[in-house]
Amino acid sequence: MHAPVPASIAAAGPAPRYGWLRHLRHVVTGNPVTGVAFALFLLLVIAALFGPWLVPYDPLATNAAAALQPPSAAHWFGTDQLGRDVLSRVVVATRLDLAISVAAVALAFVAGSVIGGLAGFYGGWIDRVAGRCLDTIMAFPLFVLAMGIVAAAGNTVENIVYATALINLPFYARMVRAEVNVRREAGFVQAARLSGNGGLRILAFHLFPNALPPLMIQVSLNMGWAILNAAGLSFIGLGVRPPTPEWGIMVAEGANFIVSGEWWLALFPGAALMLAVFTFNLLGDGLRDLVDPQRRT
Amino acid sequence: MASVPLLDVRDLTVEFATRRGTVRAVERVSFSVARGETVGIVGESGSGKSVSSYAVLRILDRAGRIAEGSITFGGVALDRVPERTMAEMRGREISMVFQNPRAALNPIRPIGRQIEDVLIEHALAVPATARAMAVEALRAVRIARPEERYHAYPFELSGGMCQRVVIAIALACRPQLLIADEPTTGLDVTTQKAVMDLMVELSRERGMSVVLITHDLGLAAAYCDRIVVMEKGAVVENAPAAEVFAAPRHPYTRRLLQATPRPEAGLRDLLPHPVPPPRPQAPGAPLLEVRDLVKEFRGRNGAAPFRAVDAISFTVHEGESLGLVGESGCGKSTTSAMIMRLLDPTSGSIRFAGQEVGTVPASRFARHPLRGKLQMVFQDPTDSLNPRWTAFRSIADPLLRLGGPERGAGRGALRAKAEELARRVGLPTDLLDRFPHQLSGGQKARVGIARAIALDPDLVILDEPTAALDVSVQAVVLNLLADLKAELGMSYLFVSHDLNVVRLVCDRVMVMRGGRIIEEGDTGRILHAPSDPYTRALLDAIPHLPAAAAPAGAL
Repeated sequence: MHAPVPASIAAAGPAPRYGWLRHLRHVVTGNPVTGVAFALFLLLVIAALFGPWLVPYDPLATNAAAALQPPSAAHWFGTDQLGRDVLSRVVVATRLDLAISVAAVALAFVAGSVIGGLAGFYGGWIDRVAGRCLDTIMAFPLFVLAMGIVAAAGNTVENIVYATALINLPFYARMVRAEVNVRREAGFVQAARLSGNGGLRILAFHLFPNALPPLMIQVSLNMGWAILNAAGLSFIGLGVRPPTPEWGIMVAEGANFIVSGEWWLALFPGAALMLAVFTFNLLGDGLRDLVDPQRRT
Repeated sequence: MASVPLLDVRDLTVEFATRRGTVRAVERVSFSVARGETVGIVGESGSGKSVSSYAVLRILDRAGRIAEGSITFGGVALDRVPERTMAEMRGREISMVFQNPRAALNPIRPIGRQIEDVLIEHALAVPATARAMAVEALRAVRIARPEERYHAYPFELSGGMCQRVVIAIALACRPQLLIADEPTTGLDVTTQKAVMDLMVELSRERGMSVVLITHDLGLAAAYCDRIVVMEKGAVVENAPAAEVFAAPRHPYTRRLLQATPRPEAGLRDLLPHPVPPPRPQAPGAPLLEVRDLVKEFRGRNGAAPFRAVDAISFTVHEGESLGLVGESGCGKSTTSAMIMRLLDPTSGSIRFAGQEVGTVPASRFARHPLRGKLQMVFQDPTDSLNPRWTAFRSIADPLLRLGGPERGAGRGALRAKAEELARRVGLPTDLLDRFPHQLSGGQKARVGIARAIALDPDLVILDEPTAALDVSVQAVVLNLLADLKAELGMSYLFVSHDLNVVRLVCDRVMVMRGGRIIEEGDTGRILHAPSDPYTRALLDAIPHLPAAAAPAGAL
């Protein structure tokens, strides 16, 4: 049992108008973990946007004379079997890996929200049909499903995006459905009806935004999964093809050399992958705080 | 009472660690409870009345701590004993009854088992004997057929029954002190009376002391020996009940007494300063005509359909306010939802402003030309505001959707209109940019009222608009509603369970029970000469301040 904090505390002090930036600063500085997560995220974004201009070597340029060199001052992460600079390849690969996961998560977020929102708001047969379809997707081992889709639809980057989006979609749909459903009869929804809002408008502008805080946690966790998923598909030879720099392929190619002692080929792209997943997992709480006005005390 | 008191709280200060530093919720509070005495701690939200009692049981949440002072119970210094001793005291020596009985019971365990838990925990029973004792405890709180009810789950019982079970759990170990934190808030008046009578009777039987925490002075007057009045974390008055009501010493107590609805006081009498009464309106032509309205809900799994509203008919005239009174489950909320066109009736007619609106499906009424003329103020101001929207956006929403000239006139005009509405309902305009959680209960209520009157409605349904508010705020809001009605020429349908409040605002009252209107008439007649026994029972159950408390000469 918790004693309620007296209203005088909650209402004490003036509540100034918080701008978006001030709120962002408050969220980032309020929790050191969130600060670290945002800093790492910024690093990833910079690598994705400006990677090709920042790296010391052309990621595709081969140099047989300098093949399989261990990390050194000239090649911080060493070189691979064709003499390509691993550091350059790891940094440049950020763009493709982030693009695939962002696109997949965005697609899953939008489609899942629409399906879940309609199912939660209208209920009835829409809910039943949508629910069973989502259950069907969830019934498959998700990675195997993604493999099957890419194998069947064709070995392209777009198909990796679609496959990753499809296997993540049920999580969003279910979450939005639950969040919408519990608030469907809330007083503010009835008040919105009295104000002349139609059903779809209430769903989109009144109910859906209230589902955003938990969705943000889901988005950040999903980003991690999506990156792993894309890399995993490339690792087994689906999707992105060599010589395109991509973390999954690099780990797959590098794995062959670990036994002969050239550990840096697989380690550095693997570490980049880990860092990206770690960043997105940390980002969740911060993102939630950012979209939740109740945190703007 | 010269002997050592059972509970003695001295100079208690409780601090809460918050983002903005330490806040003192309770400051140097002292009171004592003698054996067999019933003490009422009275105050409005934020006065620290709950926090002080939580400190006695040491169940403050993690941010809170007892900073200073001493709490002595039967010679034991509760603020100093180890947590293990405290755990033994809770339930066995000091028990607590919480505000929301449904939340206090475990929803997935039979109630009998929950009583056994506390008996076994405190080693007053072994599993073999616990069952008989649990049944006995249920019998003690007057639950009929306790052997059967032993197996019942909380959701199968009414709110009043659940509260009896909570009391049975609290009293199972025969504690010496019972702390009841707003034990009847949310219960109907007749249930409230039954629960309170039961509690008093049991405490008398067992020589138990009771601390009754309440915001309702009437309730405290009816059941307490002594009253402790708290304001902003401090005790402002501590005296025998009769004395508090006959001769309140502190101005805050006088203000509270004045704001509490009383049989002889009018609406304006509740305010601290005299204000001329609103211009009386002569009722005009019929505005809303309801004829043989029926709502049936389908029974689950082939059960017979349930008639929530059973062929009711009534008329609201222009400029009139009509009260609709009944206890929970009587169909009053269903009726107001149908009139508001949020719910489709099974049969019957609803004529509003000369048009039949009952046949327009609720899902399509949002775009009906009469939508703006039919508005509502909701019961819970917190629940009825979108938590992600600022007050401005909530008030502007109806203007944007259905408004007249403001709709296309851009943000400046919209802002001006919202500010005008805010001023009209007495909401400082700088609060318009706040989110609901940054506003107090009264301010949220004002936002809800501003939104309801934004479109110049003809009929406003007030669904217990003050049920969640403190008495002093209630007095102000009720007066505001009366003024707005006179200024804007609106009609009200006031839905409430509280005849005491309805009486202040309404010209005419209907009493509803089991989906039917059982009595209808002028407010004065219903109040003074009710013809139906149920109406009389409702009136009798309202706890009143003693007549001496009428603070006519107090200010």
